[in-house]
Amino acid sequence: MCGRLPIVFGLFSIAGAVLAGADIPRAADGRPDLSGTYDIATLTPLQRPAKFGGRLTLSAEEAAAIAQAEVEFMKKSDAASDPERGAPPAGGDGTTGGKGNVGGYNSLWYGRGTSAMKINGQWRTSILVDPPNGLLPPMTEAAQAKAAARAKLSRKNTGEAWWIEAGLDPGPYDDPEMRPLAERCLLGFGSTGGPPMLPVLYNNLKRIVQTEDHLMILVEMVHDARIVRMNAEHAPPDVRKWLGDSVGHWEGDTLVVDTTNFTDRPALANASRNLHVVERFSRIDADTLLYRFTVEDPTVWTAPWSGEYVWPASKQRVYEYACHEGNYSFRGVLAGARALEAEASGKTDP
Amino acid sequence: MKATLSVFLAVAAPALTSMPAAAQASDPAIVRLADGKPDLNGVWQALGSAHYDVERHMARASLQLREGPHGPLADAPLLRFGAVGAVPGGMGVVEGGKIPYTPEAAAKREENRKNWLERDPEIKCYMPGVPRATYMPFPFQIFHNENSIFIAYEFAGATREIYLEDVGPPETDSWMGQSVGRWEGDTLVVDVTGLDDRTWLDRSGTHHSYKMRVVERYTPIGPNHIRYEATIEDPEVFTRPWKISLPLYRRIEEGARLMDFKCVEFVEELIYGEYRRKPLER
Repeated sequence: MCGRLPIVFGLFSIAGAVLAGADIPRAADGRPDLSGTYDIATLTPLQRPAKFGGRLTLSAEEAAAIAQAEVEFMKKSDAASDPERGAPPAGGDGTTGGKGNVGGYNSLWYGRGTSAMKINGQWRTSILVDPPNGLLPPMTEAAQAKAAARAKLSRKNTGEAWWIEAGLDPGPYDDPEMRPLAERCLLGFGSTGGPPMLPVLYNNLKRIVQTEDHLMILVEMVHDARIVRMNAEHAPPDVRKWLGDSVGHWEGDTLVVDTTNFTDRPALANASRNLHVVERFSRIDADTLLYRFTVEDPTVWTAPWSGEYVWPASKQRVYEYACHEGNYSFRGVLAGARALEAEASGKTDP
Repeated sequence: MKATLSVFLAVAAPALTSMPAAAQASDPAIVRLADGKPDLNGVWQALGSAHYDVERHMARASLQLREGPHGPLADAPLLRFGAVGAVPGGMGVVEGGKIPYTPEAAAKREENRKNWLERDPEIKCYMPGVPRATYMPFPFQIFHNENSIFIAYEFAGATREIYLEDVGPPETDSWMGQSVGRWEGDTLVVDVTGLDDRTWLDRSGTHHSYKMRVVERYTPIGPNHIRYEATIEDPEVFTRPWKISLPLYRRIEEGARLMDFKCVEFVEELIYGEYRRKPLER
C-alpha cells in the first residue's frame, strides 16, 4: 500500500549509500542515521475533515488559513482574564475555557503544532492516506458493540453521580483499573507512544537513538522508551507488552518496524491485542524524517489502514515526564466520585 | 551540524581508523565504536546486595524491624514474607564501608528504616534516581552511538539521556536528574545534578537533599564488564564526598532484553485502593 505513494525513496542502494547519499546523515555502518530529537506536532488531523471531500492535499491558501486560525485561537486563549470575574459554576459552564471544563487544559498546555503538515512540498488534509478517502475503515460489528459499551461509561462532568441514575454497575469510576490508561499514567493519551505514534495535544517530542542492533524511540509522554530489536524474532505470543513487541530490519534506506504482542489495551483507540503495526522510517533530508505506518487488526477494522506524516527535527530537549510520581489528580478522580455518590445517597460525609 | 559530522565520519572512516589506535592498544578486549570510544551498548545489570543496603552489613530479618524479646524481628506488616523478606548480607559498595552522614542526617536515615514501608519511593514505583537505578535488581540497557548515549531502565521504565554537550545547569529538578557526560580516556564520566530529593539510594533509608551531585564513572574492563564508580557529594547531608564502586555485568544470555516492568499498575491498590467504590479487604 505504502509503495504506491508518491515518495522518492530507495534510490540509493546500501553499497553506494555512503558516497551517494551525502545529503543525509549516515551511521558508521552506512545506514541512514535516524537519530535525533523530533517534534511531531501537526495541525493536520489523523482523519480527513469532511469539508475537504476526498482531497489528499491542501492548497497553500487553505494551509495558511489553518495556521492563522491556530494563531487566533491561541491569542484569544492567552488573553488576560477579567480580574473581576466570579467563581466558575460547579461542574463548569460547559465551555472548554478556564471556567468551563473544571480540571481541563487551558491553552498554556497546548503544543499541537503551528501549521498543517507538508510532505515534499505538498500540504496534507489528513495523516491517513489509505483508505483513499482519508477516513478509518468501518469497524467490525463486534468492535462497534464494544465501542458503544465504552461510550456509555463516559459523560460530561455534570457535578453529579450520573452513573447511579444511569444504572451502571460497575460504574465508570468504581476502580482505578476502569479508568483510561493515560489517567493512570500507564501510557500517554491518544497513541502518542503507539504504535502507530500519532501527534497529540502536547508533549510531542520523540528522541531516537539508533545503534547497529537497536532503535530506541523515547516517547516524551510517560517517558516510554520503545526498544526495537533489529533483525530479531518476535517474543513468544504469551509475552505481551504495553507498547507491543517491536522488531526491525532495513529495506534499502528505510527502517521497517514490525510490532505485535500487544496487551488487551493498546494505546491506539479501539485496537485489540491482535493489533499488528508496520512502521517505516526514512529520511527526507538532514532535518526531517518521513514516518509511514500500516495498521491491521481484523477483529476491529474491516480493512488495514495506513498513514504518513513528517517528523521535523527539533532543538528542544526532552524533559522528564514524571506522570505517576505527580499523579495527584487520579486520587481526586476516584475520591471525587465517592463524594458525589455520597451526596447522591444523602450522606454528605463519605 | 550533526549531519556534516556524521557524513564526514562515514566517508572518512577508513582514514580515521588509525586515529584511536592509541586507545585501542590500551586494551584490545574492549569493544569499540567506529570513533574509537568504548562501545557501551548492551543490557547490563549489577549483582549483589547494594540495592538492599549500600553500606557493609550483615544479614537481617527484614527491611523494617521491631524489637523482639531477644533481639530484632521483622516488623508485623512484613512478618509473612519470612525468609523472602530477609536482607542478605553484603560487604557493601561504599568505600570504607560507612556513609559520612552528619548527625542529623544519620538520625533521619534511622527514621527512614523504621518507616521503610511508608517511605521508600521504590515501594510506590517512583523512578529510582541516580545512582540507585544502576544497582536495582533489574537490568538496564545502554544505547550508544557516536553522538548519543541513552539509558533505559527496566524498573518503572525510567529513562535518562546522557548529554554529551554543555547544556548548562538543570532548569528543574527531576527524578532521574540531569546527566552530562564526557570521556576521560576509556572512562565515561557523567555529572548528575538536579536530582529530586525524594529519591533514595537503597532500601535502607539512604537519603540525600536536592544539593546532591553524583559523578559517575563507567569504565569497561573487558567485553562483558564495566567498573561503575560514583562519587556522591551533598553538603546538607554528608560531611564529605564519598564513593561507591561495583562491577556491572553484561547480560550475555541469547536474546537478553528489557521486559516491561510498568509497576504503576502493581501499586494502584496500595496507593488508590481505599478510594474504590467497594474497597477490598486490606
